[in-house]
Amino acid sequence: MTKSSNTDDSAHQLWNFFASVKLSVVILLSLAMTSIIGTIIPQNESPMLYHQKFSEGLFKLFNTLDIFDMYHSWWFRFLLCMLTVNIIVCSINRLSSTWKIIFPKKPSFNINRFRKAKNRQQWSAAGSVEQVKDVTSPWLSKRFNRFTVESSENGYLLFGEKNRWTRLGIYAVHLSIILMIAGGMVGSLFGFDGFVNIPEGESVDSILRRNNQPEVKLNFKIKCDDFDLTLYESGLPKEYRSSLSLIRNDQIIIQKNIIVNDPLRFEGINIFQSSYGKIPSTETIPVNKFTVTITEKASGLIYNKKAAIETPIEMPGNSGTLVVVDFRRSIPYHGIDMPNAFLCRMDNRNGEPEHFIIPADSPRFDVMRKGDFIISINNVEFKDVVPEIQYYTGLQVTKDPGVPIVYVGFLFMIIGCYVTFFMFHQKLCIEISTDRGKTAVTVSGISEKNKPGMNAIIRRLSKQLQKLT
Amino acid sequence: MTSSEIFSIITFVYGLATLLYVFSWIFKKPLPGKIATAVTIVAVLGNLTGIILRWIESYQMGIGHAPLSNLYESLIFFAMTIALTHLFIEYRYKLRFVGMVASPIPLLAMAYASLPKVNDAIQPLIPALQSNWLITHVMTCFVGYAAFAIAFGISIMFLLKPSEGGAPSGIVSRIPDFDILDDLTHQMVMFGFLFLSIGIITGAVWANQAWGRYWGWDPKETWSLITWLIYASLLHARLMRDWKGKKIAVLSCVGFLAVIFTYFGVNLLPGLHSYQ
Ligand code: HEM
Repeated sequence: MTKSSNTDDSAHQLWNFFASVKLSVVILLSLAMTSIIGTIIPQNESPMLYHQKFSEGLFKLFNTLDIFDMYHSWWFRFLLCMLTVNIIVCSINRLSSTWKIIFPKKPSFNINRFRKAKNRQQWSAAGSVEQVKDVTSPWLSKRFNRFTVESSENGYLLFGEKNRWTRLGIYAVHLSIILMIAGGMVGSLFGFDGFVNIPEGESVDSILRRNNQPEVKLNFKIKCDDFDLTLYESGLPKEYRSSLSLIRNDQIIIQKNIIVNDPLRFEGINIFQSSYGKIPSTETIPVNKFTVTITEKASGLIYNKKAAIETPIEMPGNSGTLVVVDFRRSIPYHGIDMPNAFLCRMDNRNGEPEHFIIPADSPRFDVMRKGDFIISINNVEFKDVVPEIQYYTGLQVTKDPGVPIVYVGFLFMIIGCYVTFFMFHQKLCIEISTDRGKTAVTVSGISEKNKPGMNAIIRRLSKQLQKLT
Repeated sequence: MTSSEIFSIITFVYGLATLLYVFSWIFKKPLPGKIATAVTIVAVLGNLTGIILRWIESYQMGIGHAPLSNLYESLIFFAMTIALTHLFIEYRYKLRFVGMVASPIPLLAMAYASLPKVNDAIQPLIPALQSNWLITHVMTCFVGYAAFAIAFGISIMFLLKPSEGGAPSGIVSRIPDFDILDDLTHQMVMFGFLFLSIGIITGAVWANQAWGRYWGWDPKETWSLITWLIYASLLHARLMRDWKGKKIAVLSCVGFLAVIFTYFGVNLLPGLHSYQ
């Protein structure tokens, strides 16, 4: 044996290995079983969470096997690769014989196969052989797109055939799988899937991605002009709506309101309404400035100091600092609502900070505290703005040039499955012969794919033909 | 009458149909079988009326949407598709025995829907579900599930039937031939496979419309893919000579377990699809 025939041999073996349906069953079941893992172990969470959940050893094992992102792991991709090769090799292997069946050089019917068919139906007709042939021929040629009449020893053989092309259906199904896998690959190589939060009125031009992948820079700005949230009476969200403008070179190129099922698509980039949130307002304090009046009890001296929220005020005689922490429109105080009050904190040199409240423009209120100083707050300048709740809109921004390929795959899958499952290649033979003075009609049909279906067709056909003859 | 009242009556009608099918099977009488078919037709019509009424009721409440948005509504739709599919098989293949295995399933679905833990209120649609794809997606998925459910019932019969040569005894002997069972399982799996494929595809197109990705490995998506892969293996296993009959029946049962998990079990896992 020469070396080349050896390699030929192993190449041949490899080819046969990949052409086998057994392999495809193994791969399909492996994909099904391994896919379960990712539905039990949450995917793409932070490593912290996994550390908490799993022991050190288990974490290391899972991490090396990419279990935490298993659908993008090398071994899952390897299985998909095997599936692709399996389908391609298998299809090539069978295509030539299928092709010969669909486009035969010389169409021929083998009468012996029809005579052996189990679904044969036979009856004797009234007319002569010629008459029966003339009645059934036009009827049959209408129903079958290939129709031939041959004469036999004692009569005629009528052959009909249709739906030969449906044998291609299964290639459409298998091609669709390849298209989907290819489309998915194009998407992950040339697309991205990111998100961005934009406060109302602001704009961004770069998109964050998951899993610490680098940011994506857009060649336009996304501006959120407005965000609206509507609720049902029950308080469930009814609609999230963002008014977006895309801006390039300071010019608005496109404007659209997007809601959850209605995204904005522009130059291959899709912007989806995904979530929303409230921005903690920095403007909860509706006052700007006020005067703090400190009266020293011992000396009766009065100090007036201009102040603002959160700016420390030195107390006289180095005795500590006073901070006005916050302002409230109303504070419950001993069972009543006290309007316009300030929350204060006194940090003494030593000891615990002291917390108390001072209502605006009430010079005698602090006497009750029995401290060394009496504090009051006057000349409050209210800023007359009611702070509006500000929202940010959460947008998902994606680009996936693989989508058209995948969609063509979807179409092929549906059409291919329909054709393969519910249409089939049918061959039919009507034998008309004289049998001891009578005319005998025999109908039989062959279908490789769908024998019960063919049987039903023969039964129906022969009933109709019996009426005709 | 309200839709919920109709549904509770229908539950009993499905129960009656099941009883009649069992009766006709055990006593080998064709008449109760014929009545059972008629009762099932009544149940399906009632079921459909209930669904339409619930649709109208939702509009009267000002939150109009197709009644396919929560577990309760899906169970009721599921019951109807199964009953319809099995009527279709009866008509098409003239096989009444299918009623034996198929008719308890709508009964179970309706009974489960009436448990107190299943919320039967008409709820407004959350933004993610406000799409025309909802109807196509849910309907095609459930037609697929219904076909798989019936394939499952037939496979169980296949596994219960004593193998050839064994002494036929009792009602088990009345199970039709292996060939018929095998062929019917195959027909149902093909039917289910086509519809599950369309269901997954419409789901993917919808997800791409709503969230910008056609596939996200969410647990429900993944489990529907697992189901689909199991049935794809079944279709291929039939092409191998040594994988006939029993092994196919077992695969069909495994496939249906995956369907059940996709439908109910996934609610135990986190994700977008979980019905409350
Ligand atoms: C997810 C992947 C696949 C899907 C969804 C799929 C789907 C199908 C379907 C629906 C059928 C028709 C079965 C029937 O007529 O009952 C079929 C047949 C077939 N498949 Fe696949 N298939 C896949 C992968 C493969 C692979 C990897 C191979 C490689 C060997 C393969 C080889 C075949 C063969 C040889 C047939 C029979 C064709 C015929 O009857 O002429 N399939 N496939």
